[in-house]
Amino acid sequence: MSIEFETPKPIAQMQTMLQSVAENMMRTASREFDENEHAIPWNYVEFMHTAMRAMGGGGGLAPAEEKPKEGAEKRPPIGYQKLAAQIEMLSWGDVGFYLITPGGGLGAAAVQSAGSAEQKAKFLARFNEEKPTYAAMCMTEPGAGSDTSAIRTRAVLDEATKEWIINGEKIFVTGGDKSFTEYEKLGKGFIVVWASIDPTAGRSGMRAFVVESGTKGVTIAKLEHKLGIRASDTAAISLVDVRVPYENVLGSPTVEKNTTGFKGAMATFDATRPLVAASGIGVARAALEFLKEKLTENGVEIRYGLPRNKLTSIEREVIDMEIQLRSAWLMVLKAVWMADNKKPNALESSMCKVKAGDVTTRITQKAVEIMGPLGYSREFLFEKWFRDAKITDIYEGTGQINRLVVARQILGYTGAELR
Amino acid sequence: MYSFEPNEEQQMLIDAVGKYAENDLRPAAHDAEESRELPKKLVSKGWELGLLQASIPESYGGFGDRSAVTGALAVEEMAFGDLAGALAVMTPSLFATPILLGGTEEQKQEYLPKIIEGNWSPYTAALIEYSFDFDANALKTTAKLNGNDYILNGEKVFVPYAKDAEAMIVYADLDGVTQGFIVTKNSAGLQISEEREKLMGLNALPMYRVKLENVTASRLGGASGHNFELLLASMRIASASAAVGVAKASFEYAKQYAKERDAFGVKIAQKQAIAFFLAEMATEIEAMRLLVWEAAWKLDNQKEDASNTAYLAYTGAADMALMVTDRGVQILGGHGYIREHPVELFLRNGRGFAMLVGLAIV
Repeated sequence: MSIEFETPKPIAQMQTMLQSVAENMMRTASREFDENEHAIPWNYVEFMHTAMRAMGGGGGLAPAEEKPKEGAEKRPPIGYQKLAAQIEMLSWGDVGFYLITPGGGLGAAAVQSAGSAEQKAKFLARFNEEKPTYAAMCMTEPGAGSDTSAIRTRAVLDEATKEWIINGEKIFVTGGDKSFTEYEKLGKGFIVVWASIDPTAGRSGMRAFVVESGTKGVTIAKLEHKLGIRASDTAAISLVDVRVPYENVLGSPTVEKNTTGFKGAMATFDATRPLVAASGIGVARAALEFLKEKLTENGVEIRYGLPRNKLTSIEREVIDMEIQLRSAWLMVLKAVWMADNKKPNALESSMCKVKAGDVTTRITQKAVEIMGPLGYSREFLFEKWFRDAKITDIYEGTGQINRLVVARQILGYTGAELR
Repeated sequence: MYSFEPNEEQQMLIDAVGKYAENDLRPAAHDAEESRELPKKLVSKGWELGLLQASIPESYGGFGDRSAVTGALAVEEMAFGDLAGALAVMTPSLFATPILLGGTEEQKQEYLPKIIEGNWSPYTAALIEYSFDFDANALKTTAKLNGNDYILNGEKVFVPYAKDAEAMIVYADLDGVTQGFIVTKNSAGLQISEEREKLMGLNALPMYRVKLENVTASRLGGASGHNFELLLASMRIASASAAVGVAKASFEYAKQYAKERDAFGVKIAQKQAIAFFLAEMATEIEAMRLLVWEAAWKLDNQKEDASNTAYLAYTGAADMALMVTDRGVQILGGHGYIREHPVELFLRNGRGFAMLVGLAIV
């Protein structure tokens, strides 16, 4: 090992390919699907599904397991690195579209990290079948956001039928509609619902349940109207006496002292936070690149290399944006490189999420500011990127929650010691 | 490939330099700053770590190859101990590294073996000028061709160890381009101030003003000169690494303090106001460290945008160091303002990076 920053060939090739998808299929339709909230860009959905199947991606965006050719030198795994680069590029195209890229998403990630071998086989195969298929994660509730210990949804075992009965209310379910509602053009998806099997046990009593599309008692109560990422559906889901087979619980069905149920969810976040960061960085890069293009068009040149006090205000802003964007991206790369190399990366994951949240929010907002009326007008995408980027600092843990996670890690504090 | 792990050799170096920084430089920092003097033994012990020696090929008396990445790693560790001490130890590099990167074969043969085979000896460089709009690419000191030699005129400031220097590289404007020139001790027209520079920080490092009146000098790289952009990038990477090291010093000290200091029945680190400060400091330090690494890696691999990345890293690290070292003082509150704690020194040193280019090179 040594310190290296050469983009691996498979990643560079993938980036070139996805850039063309982004330019030809996403940017061209960005505005249309921003203004028609909840409309589904089927072109993109079907194209991506076909393309990912053809590439043998196993269905959807997931870190690909490398199968080394016989006799070939064994290379270190780059699955997560590649995934982060994919997400960055797709989000550069349009983050709302990226979010509805077919596949298992966070739902499948929960199965992947907390499920048994049988469960993985049973629930994950569908994403590689003919129709695009979705899965979603239901964690947040009206009264429980970042504080997941406040989750009220309950799962009770019906001893007679060996079924779980789930009751509760979930909100902010990304892709909840496409995962649960049955669409002609989509395969049968599922949602993963987090519920307590023992409210006295706190987080240790928390479990994830796979709830299949169409299950009785589940209602999509509404689809949220949002500031941005409008091509992506965000569902509120109510669960009333929902019956789920016994074997659909991920992790141990009983509560022991050192149970791993909730840790499963947290492990999922360690893996997904850098990916959310990557997505935000894609949006910010789109805004920064277009800003530079517009500045050049307007005769503004950025004079790199000059001391700070000789630069104009716009030059300083742009140079600072580049510094922040690039360093944030390197933090993402480090976090996913650690994931690929099986190094614990809870600190780096949260750290890159903190940084990316700050940076993407700032860059997209500054781009609007610098462009003035052109930035505020809906003629260009500046204002849309501003609205889209803000979610980066909110979902998968707000910037503040991630600061708390980082602080606990660097200080060696438990949740009780640093609340 | 992406990789974020120093190799074995680099790790050994980091460990050795880290030990020296922690056990030698740091304990001496306070008194050195106050008395404006670095113990000779301290500097020679740092010299014996062999950072410069390891970056010069065997044919010139060294035992390795120069790597900006390795340099960046070492500078961060060293600056973590004490910036003034670190810069003192590395002062001979200000002369030797440009010779290595841009010198003619004769210049390398003449200087490199004698610098690196012996004890630490004062070889230095003069870049900074006393002007608010100082810009390494638009110097006011001039060089004019005169036969095979060049005539230098101008004034330089903040030149480490100028008084005793055997030779120094003076950077000057030659027809609109910055070039380095080798000026030897006692050259006619070379005037070095009696008084040392008095600055906000770095008082342990003896720095002088240098006046040049028709000083005859030879050009680095001979008649065809050298690539100054490469040298500037190497200087910027060194400054940026030093900024990361100083910031880390402040962060670690403040973190430890916050875990020990009681207020309202808890440690102050248990308050989110302080904990979030620390989280942000750690995040920004890591962000700039990675950007410095990338710049250094690009330089080592001759990437086209290496120079620009070095500029971005340098600019970003300077801002970061100021933010972090300011917070270091803030976390200690009134105690941070007292010179018994090192955080105020870190802040004074941290402020310097915006103009520190030219005081270190990797």
